Amino acid sequence: MELWYTEQHTDSVRFSIKVKRHLLSEQSDFQRIDVFESDEFGKFLTLDGLMMVTEKDEFIYHDMIVHVPMASNPGIRNVLVIGAGDGGTVRELTRYDSVAHIDMVEIDKKVVDVCIAYLPQLSCRLGDKRVHIHYEDGLKFVRQKQNAYDLIIVDSTDPFGPGEGLFTKEFYGSCVGALSNDGILVNQHESPYYPAYARNMKRAHRRIREFFPVCRVYQAHIPTYPSGHWLFGFASKSIDPLCLDADKWNALGLKTGYYNTDLHKAAFALPNYVTEMLENADDES
Amino acid sequence: MARTSISDRVGGAAFKSRHEKTPIEAALIDYTRRRVVPFDVPGHKQGRGTPGLAEFLGEKCVSVDVNSSKPLDNLSHPTSVIKEAEDLAADAFGCSGAFFLVGGTTASVQAMILSCCGEGDSIIMPRNVHKSAINAAILSGCVPIYVNPGIDTALGIPLGMKLEDIEKAIRENPGAKAVFVNNPTYYGVCSDLSGIIEAAHRAGMLVLCDEAHGTHFYFHDDLPAAAMHLGADMAAVSVHKTGGSLTQSSMLLYNGARLNADHLRVVINLTQTTSASYLLLSSLDIARKNLALNGEATFSKVLQIAEYARGEINAIGGYYAFSSEIAGHAAAADFDRTKLSVHTLGLGLAGFEVYDILRDEYGIQIEFGDVANFLAIISVGDSNLAIERLVAALAEIKRRKPGRRTDMFDHEYISPVVSITPKQAFFAKKKKAVLRESAGAVSGEFVMCYPPGIPVIAPGEVITQEIIDYILYAQKKGALLTGTEDMDLRYINILD
Repeated sequence: MELWYTEQHTDSVRFSIKVKRHLLSEQSDFQRIDVFESDEFGKFLTLDGLMMVTEKDEFIYHDMIVHVPMASNPGIRNVLVIGAGDGGTVRELTRYDSVAHIDMVEIDKKVVDVCIAYLPQLSCRLGDKRVHIHYEDGLKFVRQKQNAYDLIIVDSTDPFGPGEGLFTKEFYGSCVGALSNDGILVNQHESPYYPAYARNMKRAHRRIREFFPVCRVYQAHIPTYPSGHWLFGFASKSIDPLCLDADKWNALGLKTGYYNTDLHKAAFALPNYVTEMLENADDES
Repeated sequence: MARTSISDRVGGAAFKSRHEKTPIEAALIDYTRRRVVPFDVPGHKQGRGTPGLAEFLGEKCVSVDVNSSKPLDNLSHPTSVIKEAEDLAADAFGCSGAFFLVGGTTASVQAMILSCCGEGDSIIMPRNVHKSAINAAILSGCVPIYVNPGIDTALGIPLGMKLEDIEKAIRENPGAKAVFVNNPTYYGVCSDLSGIIEAAHRAGMLVLCDEAHGTHFYFHDDLPAAAMHLGADMAAVSVHKTGGSLTQSSMLLYNGARLNADHLRVVINLTQTTSASYLLLSSLDIARKNLALNGEATFSKVLQIAEYARGEINAIGGYYAFSSEIAGHAAAADFDRTKLSVHTLGLGLAGFEVYDILRDEYGIQIEFGDVANFLAIISVGDSNLAIERLVAALAEIKRRKPGRRTDMFDHEYISPVVSITPKQAFFAKKKKAVLRESAGAVSGEFVMCYPPGIPVIAPGEVITQEIIDYILYAQKKGALLTGTEDMDLRYINILD
């Protein structure tokens, strides 16, 4: 008998991983949560059937969503993380002694419970005393905050289902209010390759650009995400991620699997077709 | 009439088990399973003739877009599954009978009026009726006797009718056939329906209710009372608006003591299609089941979402999301708390400006905006996440678009002078006149003014100088005036 997990990346493209064991399947108030075990990717978590994290390649995503903004502004003290129920983003953030306070806002408590039980590699630092977990809607949480954070990381699902509100104009506008003058907003920015994902990426970019004077996009190669080519958005009120004090970050001595300060700058160099798409993000398509 | 608790009525096991059934849906499933070869209409033959239909609407949908036939019954003469579904609907809504309609609640309103008011008969109605009611007067030839709906001058919205005004109208028009009541108005305001029913029945008049926005009243005790539960004679219920059926499907509910239901059916068939859509009919059947089984829980949730939204919106500042505090007096006996009506002038923006910003910039579509308010409908289909988006967008609009506080413009109710019936005016020969110079003429058209959403003039009424002055003033203040052929309302059609 063979058991395969399959994600439909487009109507005519599928991505499959051979499954050793199906460890858990649960329906929460918001979504279906599954945990599988495989030879190639270790344990992995899916929400509504879509790949969220695997033990083998999660370091790429979490390195890039955390270390890029943290290296861009070593003064970051207060951080808001939205989504990120698996704990991977928080794990990376807690490696910085300079971070004083982390609010993590995850709408679905069940996701966090499942990750604590099944994916300790990711959830291991959720108990850090600087981490405060709030189980509520990210949009609601952020609109009630004023000038409270140096960094907001949006580590969300795709913009359909419970993550939809985190890709809206009202959300990005609320982030402007919640960030300090040096504030940075980093979000998972979908993929440029398949048209359905590219549309989301353009919409997100168009909306963020309305609010932030600095608005850049960087990339990473994530094997288990659709097309493998994934983008992150970097928006801020003043800080340019390309003016990087590399020595300062390197002096911290953090060991990372993917991120380094050379790659930091290089990740903002995008393929021509992506640059064009972002420049033309105003065209509805 | 004492109102029995909805909770008790819909809570029993026997009720629940009756309402598990969906006779029309079941007949359609059976029909498609039998793979009948169709040599009847519709000509697309379950989608085969127009491949794009199935591609867009779905195979299953087009396969049940079929014609009336013996196993599927016939809406104009229901004897089997449609009859059964209508009886279940009457049971679910708590009245003696129900008709399904596929021409919208406009058709239900017209059938109510046509069934009891003929040429020259009078009917008492509030001035802020939906235009379908005045259109019904054009069809029937009856004479509307208008009652002043009170106006909440601070909010700029029309209210309900005062019982004393109804009693006065009844005294002055003892021969009137019926009293027509909005339950609730578009903004969610209810008149003292119980008192009106008593007064009307005492005078031998029927009570017809436009419950286009009141489907949910039938399924929750914490909402204003439903017309049928109070003993009204007929009610037009837009199940598609807040009850979850497909657009254009509607029900006409009745209590049979004072009317002839067979005559009502004949009247409905005057204007109703003989090719009723089974998509619409089955949607009424399925929505009725859902309302009967889950309505109470659903509307508890809807109330909770609306209350939550009001609290959050009022905390933003500048907005006033009003609720039952505007009611509790003669012209507004009760308020439908599922309506999320928000006054925006405190923010310095007109209601229609907020309405436009929400749609154009935030991708949020609300029901309508007038000069001073906007209204969001919360219903069966809403979630907490969606309401968070609305609240956040409103907070953002305040942050990004600081306006100046503006004042409401005054509007006074102007009693219409009905010169000839709407029907006579509608069919009369007309000519175009400059509005400013039209005093003394009889209008051939409607002029509607938002706010407060009341016809300033209707066909057959005398245009007075006072009305002209009011229209010019409202135009200057930025009110939305509609209804005339001339979109700019410089001209008006008058009777020749």
